[in-house]
Amino acid sequence: MKFTAAALKEKILKGSLGFTLISMVFGFSLGAIVLLVAGFNPIQAYWEILKGIFSKPKYMSYVIIYATPLIITGLSVAFALRTGLFNIGAEGQYIMGAMTAAAAGYFFKLPMVLHVVVAVALAVMIAALWGGIAGYLKARFGVNEVISTIMLNWTALYLSNFAITIDAFGRSGTGKTYTIQDTAFIDILGHWKRTPEGIEFLRNHPMLWDILKSPVNLGFIFAILLAVMVWYILNKTTLGYELRAVGHNPFAAEAGGINVKRSMVVSMFIAGGLAGAAGAFQVLGVSHRIAKLAVMEGYGFDGIAVSLIGNNTGPGCLLSGLLFGALKYGGSKIQDAMNAPTEVINIMIGTIIIFVAMPKLIRLILTYKSRRGVK
Amino acid sequence: MEALVNDLGFIIGTTLMYSTPLIFTATGSVITERSGIINIGLEGMMYFGAFVGAAVAYFTQDPWIGFLCAGLAGAFLALFHAIATVTFSAEQIVSGIAINFLGPGLALFLSRLFFDGATQTLTIPNKMPLPLNFLFGDGKLFASTGFMDLVFNQFATVYLSIALVFVAWFFLYKTRLGMRLMAVGEHPEAADSLGISVYRIRYGAVMTSGFLAGLGGAAMSIAVVSRFSNTLISGHGFIALAAMIFGKWRPQGALLACLIFGGAKGLEIYLGAKGFPVPSSILATLPYVLTIIILVGWVGRSRPPAAIGKIFDKGEA
Amino acid sequence: MTSIDFSRKTVEMIDVVKKFGDFVANDRISLTVHKGEVHALLGENGAGKTTLMNCLYGLYRPTEGKIRINGKEVVITDPNVAIHHGIGMVHQHFKLVEPFTVTQNIILGQETTKMMGILDLAAAEKKVSEISEKYGLTVDPRAKIEDISVGSQQRVEILKALYRGAEILILDEPTAVLTPGEIQELVTIIRNLTAEGKTIIIITHKLHEIKQVADYCTIIRRGKFIDTVEVAGVTEHELASKMVGREVSFAVDKRPAQRGERVLAIENLVVKDNRGIQVVNGLSLDLHKGEILGIAGVDGNGQSELIEALMGLRKVQSGRIRMRDKDITNASPKQIISEHSICSIPEDRQKRGLVMEFDVAENLILENYQRRPFSERGVLDHQEIYKFADQCIMEFDVRPQDAQMTAKSLSGGNQQKVIIAREVSNDPEVLVASQPTRGLDVGAIEYVHRALVEQRDRGKAVLLISFELDEIINVSDRIAVIFEGRIVGEVDAENADENNIGLMMAGGRV
Repeated sequence: MKFTAAALKEKILKGSLGFTLISMVFGFSLGAIVLLVAGFNPIQAYWEILKGIFSKPKYMSYVIIYATPLIITGLSVAFALRTGLFNIGAEGQYIMGAMTAAAAGYFFKLPMVLHVVVAVALAVMIAALWGGIAGYLKARFGVNEVISTIMLNWTALYLSNFAITIDAFGRSGTGKTYTIQDTAFIDILGHWKRTPEGIEFLRNHPMLWDILKSPVNLGFIFAILLAVMVWYILNKTTLGYELRAVGHNPFAAEAGGINVKRSMVVSMFIAGGLAGAAGAFQVLGVSHRIAKLAVMEGYGFDGIAVSLIGNNTGPGCLLSGLLFGALKYGGSKIQDAMNAPTEVINIMIGTIIIFVAMPKLIRLILTYKSRRGVK
Repeated sequence: MEALVNDLGFIIGTTLMYSTPLIFTATGSVITERSGIINIGLEGMMYFGAFVGAAVAYFTQDPWIGFLCAGLAGAFLALFHAIATVTFSAEQIVSGIAINFLGPGLALFLSRLFFDGATQTLTIPNKMPLPLNFLFGDGKLFASTGFMDLVFNQFATVYLSIALVFVAWFFLYKTRLGMRLMAVGEHPEAADSLGISVYRIRYGAVMTSGFLAGLGGAAMSIAVVSRFSNTLISGHGFIALAAMIFGKWRPQGALLACLIFGGAKGLEIYLGAKGFPVPSSILATLPYVLTIIILVGWVGRSRPPAAIGKIFDKGEA
Repeated sequence: MTSIDFSRKTVEMIDVVKKFGDFVANDRISLTVHKGEVHALLGENGAGKTTLMNCLYGLYRPTEGKIRINGKEVVITDPNVAIHHGIGMVHQHFKLVEPFTVTQNIILGQETTKMMGILDLAAAEKKVSEISEKYGLTVDPRAKIEDISVGSQQRVEILKALYRGAEILILDEPTAVLTPGEIQELVTIIRNLTAEGKTIIIITHKLHEIKQVADYCTIIRRGKFIDTVEVAGVTEHELASKMVGREVSFAVDKRPAQRGERVLAIENLVVKDNRGIQVVNGLSLDLHKGEILGIAGVDGNGQSELIEALMGLRKVQSGRIRMRDKDITNASPKQIISEHSICSIPEDRQKRGLVMEFDVAENLILENYQRRPFSERGVLDHQEIYKFADQCIMEFDVRPQDAQMTAKSLSGGNQQKVIIAREVSNDPEVLVASQPTRGLDVGAIEYVHRALVEQRDRGKAVLLISFELDEIINVSDRIAVIFEGRIVGEVDAENADENNIGLMMAGGRV
């Protein structure tokens, strides 16, 4: 391994990171073109987005809050994908996790830290089982996981909506559940910031006050830990070795003595657990309850994008999740600032993914450039 | 007794209505998969088609122009899928996912531009016509209410979708191009060695599936309801995909599967309307749970096209 | 040999060069074939024979050089152009659409239609029957490809070319999958075709077939033209040394076997294939320490399923497999490898043998990643893994010597060395080798054979499956012949008679 500048440049340009960066350039360019055609000034729009991300500490903390669930659902998708499975079901697993966390947070009466641990553990377990169903259906009956997880998504959505209609859980008429117990909150300084001393203190510290205006919580710390965990499991453990072997070549893995079917179930189980953790942190740290869903919220689907843009690795998901969170949060600003549709963000994301999917095209562009450079 | 017959008519009628968007999309899905390309971007194509159909129908006041433009809109998105997967060997599922971001993104972007920042269109002035309506009413062949009306007095899209299945069947099994398309999906190298252009056929198949998915979306937005909204297409593209698999990659099988899913939806609405003592949210899971159960029982015994999802790269020639 | 019309050159390839990037697959190769001639193209695997023919058939465009057909210079941009010039090709791996009928496959691309592109299959079937009768190529035009034998599939491929009016027929390794009987039929068909004035080019690396059927032979080595000879005037040995570039000994150098006690016993084994058809039909077999047992047979007689059942990859329907007197029927692959000490070199190394995206080191621990020193309590020890890999790379001469190379960037021979290193370092009691030399060059083949013999000399048992009868006879100590899922005969390799074995392979009685 050489770490010369040239080697580094080679690595960035020819490696997957380079492909991702080039894809992003395409995504942002196409977004600009779409805005331009629609009669908006793209430079102004991007400036508004940048301002909306960086101009205030509060904005940045919102970006992190937006990014947290996406990072974790991204990890869920990435984990399954490394075993060769497309977990389109992170959405439903997220919903199951959120629902379980909301129920455990509300019904249980437990001391502070323990309550969080129990709620998260239960949420992860239920969501892991939900993901495991898809793994089992694939291993046992050969049902394509793309189809089964999509069906499980909708089933989870309606189950969650049903749970809200139960009198003991949902506040009737509001379409929402009761707020979880304080002991299950994972907000940072959540209580203190509302006490008189807290308000007094914050008045003298405007920067901190600004940050604490947003629902900052421990979720992001957990997301980082989970990203490290995913990286560690995949690259440093025998389990990760097994799952990757199955992902690359199930036939060789089987011949080598690896139980392929078990690996599929385990992989989807863990992926489900991750997505469930995302739902749990969102409930315990941000929403503190769940509400009736008319459509998918999109955390799981966005997680697919996060994973693909992050090259399906732990650290990659962390970065691309932050990027996605920033675009989503910052992108919402152009609606008010210049009446430009915020959905341009989705167009950009879609474009980035389609280019990420075409390394062949990017390689073609790169070699064309270098060939011209020689002549 | 008459009430029972009418109830049955209601269920059949809603089944047909809700199946129609799925039938268009699933038939398109059969065509593309038979050529060897998976299209999970159907959802995004339906979404975009639903918007374009409703928007054009609103501005032109003509549902047929809207319907046609919806198809073109779906084909437009499919073109990107084709470029990515056929020409540049992209992973087909990933490209499909990208389409599922692009379709709703474009639809809502345009919706906000043309409908004053709203994520839904205004109500279209003219819905899809009911072509057999002249048979129903006072002094006509059938009464304007009742079983016959509920079952047979349907939107033009319903009849079109059924006709489409026959056309697709005839195309695949009886024509030269259909045989070539299936050969490409089974063994692209063989087709290539006989001078058949794998790329051209796959482009055609993917764009046909986009066109039909666009029609499916419009069958939703200008027939089942009379406007596009951001929650209108929610999972229909994926259900159509499941229907195609359940139908064993055959148009007639996909039709049957779509009718079953539509039937589950029809039953859900019927039971909900009758105050059936099961919560509506639980009833709503019916089509999805049913899909899984059916797939468990069926998939093992069906065989997808041999070259499905595989990259065909002619290499440098 | 009287059918050759020397006044008419049907194919002339002049100084053809084909490059793939920096790699020169064909380096100024010239070839002339006359009407009515059978011309063999001889060379090792990877010598560039198929590439050259793909240039002629329009699948590749030559980088340099000229092609003349019937004296006229042509540019063959794609197979359509080749077909137009009367060139037909039968590929080594048949290009047939399995669920289609014989007729559908033959007419594909040149369909008979009624109006508006609607197929007219009845007319097509009639035309197909006519051609098949003319040349004695019997097939059922309505049968599906997946239901007919490999020999029949090859006839369909030939019919495909003739249907398109082929005057020049390229056959790529046509005998690789045929029984000796079917090979005789093919020879007859080739004679019929040349009698009708067709020109045949056969790609092959089998010398006795060239002697049997070809008039002229062009030899290619590492992409370079070596010589064109009249077959009648050379011996097989001369052809062989031209092909390889040095004197080759066909015999594998080995001492007599020290046959020990029985280790593996297979009794009345019944196994089904993926379609649910019973392809191993009550097969029984014994394997002893210190011997190489070769299983001779034509592809598709249950060999793959037998090995998969033995390795725990396929369910045994009935019968029994015993290893050192323990019943291992339907044991898991892991148990079979680690507890029962049976290891295998799989027939498809890229599918079953290697994880192509993994590096050499990761591939080397595929069966042992859970054991010390490679891992402890579920955590991998990369230092130990790479230490072991470096050791294997030295010992088994894997090139390049880099444990971090991905398997897919290695040559076929080196991929096979990685697999052999992995399996042999397990020190198995039984080593199963299926088609271990397929697609390898002569040097690598010798290496593999030596490794098998060494294993035997260390007192271990070796089970060798190959479709190449020469390989079976040269390497094995004992030969069992498999036909339709049963062992139909057993002979000592010492006094093996190729003809007898060939007869048994085709189901005949000796």
